Amino acid sequence: METTTKTNRRDFLKIASAAGGGLLLGFYWNEAGASVIQSVTEGALAEGEVTFNSYLTISPDNIVTIFSPNPELGQNIKTTFPMIVADELDADWSKVKVIQAALDTEKYDRQVTGGSGAIPHSWERLRKAGATARHMLIEAGAKRLGVPASELSTENGFVVHKKSGRKLNYGELATDASKLTPPQDVRLKERSEFKLIGTPVRNVDNFEMLTGKPLYGHDVYRDGMLFGMIQRPPSFGTKIKSVDAAAAKAMPGIVDVVTFKNNVAVVGKSTWQVMKARKALRIEYEPEHAIESTPDHDKLFKELLDSDEAEVKRKDGDVEAAFASAATKIAREYQCPFLAHAPMEPMNFFAHVREDGVELIGPTQTPNSARTQVAELLGVPPEKVTLQLTRLGGGFGRRLKTDFALEAAELSSIIKAPVKVIWTREDDMQGGSYRPAVRYRFEAALDAKGNLIGYKLRGVGINAGNTTREDNFPSGAVDNLLIETIDHSSPITTGAWRAPITNFLAYAEQSFLDEVALAAKKDPVQFRLELLDKAKRTPVGAIKYDIDRMKSVINLAAEKGGWGKKRDVAQGFSVYFSHRSYVAQVAEVAMKGNQPVLQKIYAAADCGIVVNESGARQQVVGGIVDGLGHALFGNLTFKNGEAEQKNFDTYRLIRMKEVPEVEVHFVDNGISPTGLGEPALPPTGGAVANAFFKATGKRLYRQPFMQQPEMEGVRLEQRM
Amino acid sequence: MAAYKLQINGKTYEADVDADTPLLWVLRDNLGLVGTKYGCGIAQCGACTVHLNGRAVRSCVLPVSAVGSANVTTIEGLSENGDHPVQLAWDEVDVPQCGYCQAGQIMTAAALLAENPKPSTAQIENAMQGNICRCGTYHRIRKAVEVASSKLK
Repeated sequence: METTTKTNRRDFLKIASAAGGGLLLGFYWNEAGASVIQSVTEGALAEGEVTFNSYLTISPDNIVTIFSPNPELGQNIKTTFPMIVADELDADWSKVKVIQAALDTEKYDRQVTGGSGAIPHSWERLRKAGATARHMLIEAGAKRLGVPASELSTENGFVVHKKSGRKLNYGELATDASKLTPPQDVRLKERSEFKLIGTPVRNVDNFEMLTGKPLYGHDVYRDGMLFGMIQRPPSFGTKIKSVDAAAAKAMPGIVDVVTFKNNVAVVGKSTWQVMKARKALRIEYEPEHAIESTPDHDKLFKELLDSDEAEVKRKDGDVEAAFASAATKIAREYQCPFLAHAPMEPMNFFAHVREDGVELIGPTQTPNSARTQVAELLGVPPEKVTLQLTRLGGGFGRRLKTDFALEAAELSSIIKAPVKVIWTREDDMQGGSYRPAVRYRFEAALDAKGNLIGYKLRGVGINAGNTTREDNFPSGAVDNLLIETIDHSSPITTGAWRAPITNFLAYAEQSFLDEVALAAKKDPVQFRLELLDKAKRTPVGAIKYDIDRMKSVINLAAEKGGWGKKRDVAQGFSVYFSHRSYVAQVAEVAMKGNQPVLQKIYAAADCGIVVNESGARQQVVGGIVDGLGHALFGNLTFKNGEAEQKNFDTYRLIRMKEVPEVEVHFVDNGISPTGLGEPALPPTGGAVANAFFKATGKRLYRQPFMQQPEMEGVRLEQRM
Repeated sequence: MAAYKLQINGKTYEADVDADTPLLWVLRDNLGLVGTKYGCGIAQCGACTVHLNGRAVRSCVLPVSAVGSANVTTIEGLSENGDHPVQLAWDEVDVPQCGYCQAGQIMTAAALLAENPKPSTAQIENAMQGNICRCGTYHRIRKAVEVASSKLK
């Protein structure tokens, strides 16, 4: 998704005016009885607490509270953001409290989780926030101690005067500091001065998560709150013809059954009662749009791959001439199915539409879109809508959509009561917004010396938008190149799914390049490096990736994985640039008897400076497990418009025994962070498929791998 | 509807619910014990795992009427201060990403270690195979079970 990186100076100029003795904005941290998902609201302040900017407050008892504005869904932003502020502040991390901020478009911009963009967007402003407060604390200390500011330093939550051995903690100086004018420009730390950044820091919510505290949208319970479940059309392309809710309405605990749009909502006093009553609904549906099945899509893809009409995304040189003169030509097709996001916490949202405003609480990656759209739907001004973020039990892009918030708000407005709408797993899996199904045809032309002289890619997808990333490698490295896309519009809804498009494109492309390298009789790693050298030497058209960064991850992965140096395992290679970061992987498959066993994946990642060593490492491992799991198992098929897989019994997710060992290395280049939520996922399928090919001689052209004849009899469990 | 007396985390609770209500929803909707999570409703993902007389069970498919006088332990009752060796190990290894599945993972691991304090890697994997982590924290989960095992006297 698009990321805006506009700088908002307002954050750094607007300072606590210390109204009423330094008190402006703050929060009761985890007060006994208080919900940990309580929002930050003006008025709910500890006496004497001082706010320095949108990101932090310091209380007189020396507790630094740092607000984390972005939705937390497991990317570790709630720990990582505050680390950046705290490092520049020279705060004592053990005295730092982190609060999930509610939606506040005045104080924060880009309160969004998506596109691996949060750290790249906020890196500098978070550092400035910490550094600004630190600067003001030093100035306050200088006044208090009667010494020049230049003689003062900061250390672990203290302003220190080394000459006299005196020191004051930040809490003692907070109120004084808040009365000073904030500096326009502050010096940021050199990398060598970082104390927290680059170290492993444990998740700030660990205690709450490990002891079962209410953190998630599902955990929202309010007095008088009703429970809602919605029957949506099971088949895409159908609409409600008739509803008989009499039996459902008569069931115990049921308050009402209401129909709006294509939704039949059952509202009651407990989740189970509502769940049961929904099964008693008698709803007839009728076709409204095309009713599609997976075999229809197969046919359609074949037609589109041969169609004369495609949108050209990039054209360099003379492709037809190159293919006409080629010594060797290779054409291959790759295909992938629809996927559900399947976050562990199914969709849900709380809404309370009152006369005087709308209260929304829940897990969303796009709180501002949710608020704006709810305001529009209900015809109320956006400022009358509050949105409190809960922790998200996974997102993977599903929670970029706002459908679940909108329907909760609409239902609350109809029944005039606070309601939490919960989706069952079946609702979640059948509810659309899928990773689109896509097919690719790649063609390569080699000259007699094995040089890649022509390259064609056509991608065709279902509600996929642009199925290609036309400026990605190897564009720029091939003289004659054509990238085309065709999209088919379908009633089956799709959406961004972690590393949109590239989550599958990378596997297809990196598998194909493996085949091209073999045809050119070149080592797959050497082949890629040669292409990159050519792109550097004689670039063709625009080059929108960083050749040196890509080469550095290739070299690091090859080195750490012992590429080409191992006799007992078959290795597969893959490298991909997505969002702003680069990841290369080496997968290793060993033959045990005639069984290929995926043993290990090495990853080399360049995401710039690693902020939280623990979170970043797991982000890479988790991305690889995600990429591997879906490449192996993920498959959502349709029959008469209805998803055939409805729960985890038929929609297989990867489990513990199926994960290989993963070894992660980071490139240490000192550049500003470039994001890590998605980039480790795309390369995995290709590395694994290439390693399986090396081991077995069988090439995998379709996902999910485990449903292909090439993998028949292959067991994934490593310890049997 | 009928009144059920339940022994949960060393306390007696009463809930007036339908006999077929899964224990999961009684815990969450009626008793305010929301640490136990809903993930699939068909005993496939393990997010709802609790202990019934010390054994790990899936509360999403366990009707409240079948609980009887059995002792139920939920994540909230695993330890008084969040300091069960498994919880400590989970923190030390920094296991959670989104965290939603982790209460179920912890309850499964704690039941395993209560029965077999020194499990082999294969035994850990066998015990944990029924718990899905969509974020992919499996390596850290396995490591944390080993760390917890080493903490047991």
